[in-house]
Amino acid sequence: MDNVQILTGNQAAALGAKLCQVQVVSAYPITPQTSLTEVLSHYIEGGELQAEYVRVESEHSAMTVCIAASTAGARVFTSTSSHGLLYMHEQLHWAAGSRLPIVMCCINRGVGAPWSIFNDQQDSIAQRDTGWIQIYCRDNQEIIDTVIQAYRIAEAVYVPVMVCYDGFVLSHTTMPVRIPDERDVRAFLPSYQPHTILNSQEPRNINPVIFPWRRMDAEGCLRDGYMELRYKLQKALEEAKPVIGKACSDYTAIFGRVHEGLFWRYRLDDADALLIGMGSLATEATMAVDRLREQGVKAGVLGVRLYRPFPREEIKNCIGQRKALLIFEKDISYGYEGALCSDVKAALYGSEVKAPVHNFICGLGGRDVKAEELADAVKTSLKMIGAGNLKQQTIWLNCRTEKSNDGQSF
Amino acid sequence: MTDNLFKISEREYILPGNRACQGCGLSLAYRHALKALGENTILTIPASCLTVLHGLYPITSVEIPCLNCTFASTAASASGLVAGLKALNRNDVTVVAVAGDGGTYDIGIQALSGAAERGTDFIFVCYDNEGYMNTGTQRSSATPPGALTTTTPVLTKQEPKKDMLKIMEAHGLPYIATVCPSYPLDLHEKFTKAKSVQGTRYVQIYAPCPPGWGYLPKDTVKIGRLAVETGIFVLFEIEDGRFRLTGRSRVLAKKGKRVPVSDYLKAQGRFRQISPEQAEKLQRSVDGRWDEYVKRAGK
Repeated sequence: MDNVQILTGNQAAALGAKLCQVQVVSAYPITPQTSLTEVLSHYIEGGELQAEYVRVESEHSAMTVCIAASTAGARVFTSTSSHGLLYMHEQLHWAAGSRLPIVMCCINRGVGAPWSIFNDQQDSIAQRDTGWIQIYCRDNQEIIDTVIQAYRIAEAVYVPVMVCYDGFVLSHTTMPVRIPDERDVRAFLPSYQPHTILNSQEPRNINPVIFPWRRMDAEGCLRDGYMELRYKLQKALEEAKPVIGKACSDYTAIFGRVHEGLFWRYRLDDADALLIGMGSLATEATMAVDRLREQGVKAGVLGVRLYRPFPREEIKNCIGQRKALLIFEKDISYGYEGALCSDVKAALYGSEVKAPVHNFICGLGGRDVKAEELADAVKTSLKMIGAGNLKQQTIWLNCRTEKSNDGQSF
Repeated sequence: MTDNLFKISEREYILPGNRACQGCGLSLAYRHALKALGENTILTIPASCLTVLHGLYPITSVEIPCLNCTFASTAASASGLVAGLKALNRNDVTVVAVAGDGGTYDIGIQALSGAAERGTDFIFVCYDNEGYMNTGTQRSSATPPGALTTTTPVLTKQEPKKDMLKIMEAHGLPYIATVCPSYPLDLHEKFTKAKSVQGTRYVQIYAPCPPGWGYLPKDTVKIGRLAVETGIFVLFEIEDGRFRLTGRSRVLAKKGKRVPVSDYLKAQGRFRQISPEQAEKLQRSVDGRWDEYVKRAGK
């Protein structure tokens, strides 16, 4: 019998962490992550979860607690949003550089100034170069399942994992969620084996100053320099892809649910126009595709789940000979274009793929994005492409400054 | 009560040939502190002179496990170690964070205040060399007025030294102590006591710094003694709110006569530009604080 509960995204994430029997939790409340920390507090104070909850005074300290506790050998969990994530920035690098299997939920929210508490993905996209694995969830079921998978992945490759999901759109919206059985989770997730043990029998100085070059240790053994450690981190992320794929297929075998590891597809097989996006925006795109299909447009969705490491080859192969790429995203790399757009295009470089690209910046700071608007934008783009205009466009969808309305009907 | 030499462990936790400067007050204090703490200790340290002492990968000069952390995060790092060890039922380890005055008074104060307020079970040690010495002697909020630093290179520091001890006392800690490497027995005793107490303990080391303060490396012990003899630095401990002068400061309060602050100032190049008014003001503030301490110590 399936155990189905009606949960918000934050409740689903908290329950996922609980099912993984995390041993140390540390977090600082921030909208829209707050209720996640509250649920975990209830679990721990109520004795449902045997864990230490360190109620820190900042996000910087929250990630620090996770780093130190994980080094000591505990399974740790934290979560944050927006400015909290930015405040952790230094520690995100430190966590990945330390090769610690920390799992964190990032409940995506726009970044100030000026203040916005509403959803976009600028916060986590701005952290893409910190060495973390980033996975974006499309609904609350995927949140709980991904948190559980994240520990398996992180502890296998010793790289921290950020489970990203959209603030309010998912964090505060209730949906039916199938709750994994605790014993099944234990079977899926082996216990955490730390790569370093802090003890006096074998005293070590962890993360000291390191030279650019390799250097002999006291026994005459040549040890890595800074470059070698960075290369190993890069390798670990690249090699995480099959591990993630395996974690997802093992998950399906035990729990029955399919979450394609790297990206998911919706009505894709015969699609000429490919809508590409991440998180709940990609879910929204599936509804746009349904409308477009009704109107005879052969459209489909490629929902990017794994953003780092970026599934370059797999995405290139999936795009193949499609006629148009419509990349929707809730972030902007200022002075250039959407970050996902750059990544997708880079994946195609040197290949036979020549499909024109339209990049849509949308939903920033919580600006509503309707399926109908996505469908209309696709139709307008396809018209332009059909008329022979193959140049890349970067379009701010639904942005109504005087300038943006000059003749373009997006 | 005072420890005698025979009670101090012969085991050295700092190996010879480390990278600390000649005459480093920190390394002298650290040597005796680690002897008192013993091997069942886990250290966490931020970027600081101590990082240099601990050595460059893959060689370390300290035989106690140590987790390096970022500059602002020392006390939070200790909190994470405490939580992680507790979760794993490793309850016999003393977690000790050691930071300089920059990592304590300035960039580390938020995490320290948070950890202290939570009553985290660890010892926070501040070695106060009164400036950002690892980056080459820049002003900190612990730099005394009248001192030249590379960021107060002409006019000297104008502001008084922050009273970190009062700030820590305001957190209601079970144990606070001040130590000076010139008095190793007093230092050893206080670290031994700190180890036996539960909750957040704060120990502040007065750490003379030959290159930063402008005196010869051979004079570190002498400078430390002068600081105590003048009352610039006062040896005391506060146990559950009970204040007690210790060691040489206690003797001075009973029958001794303090040396004028000017003797201390003259012995260090960093004070060569101090104005007579600044020096006089400093003497007055040292006197005022001394009277306060003596009064608190009572009888």
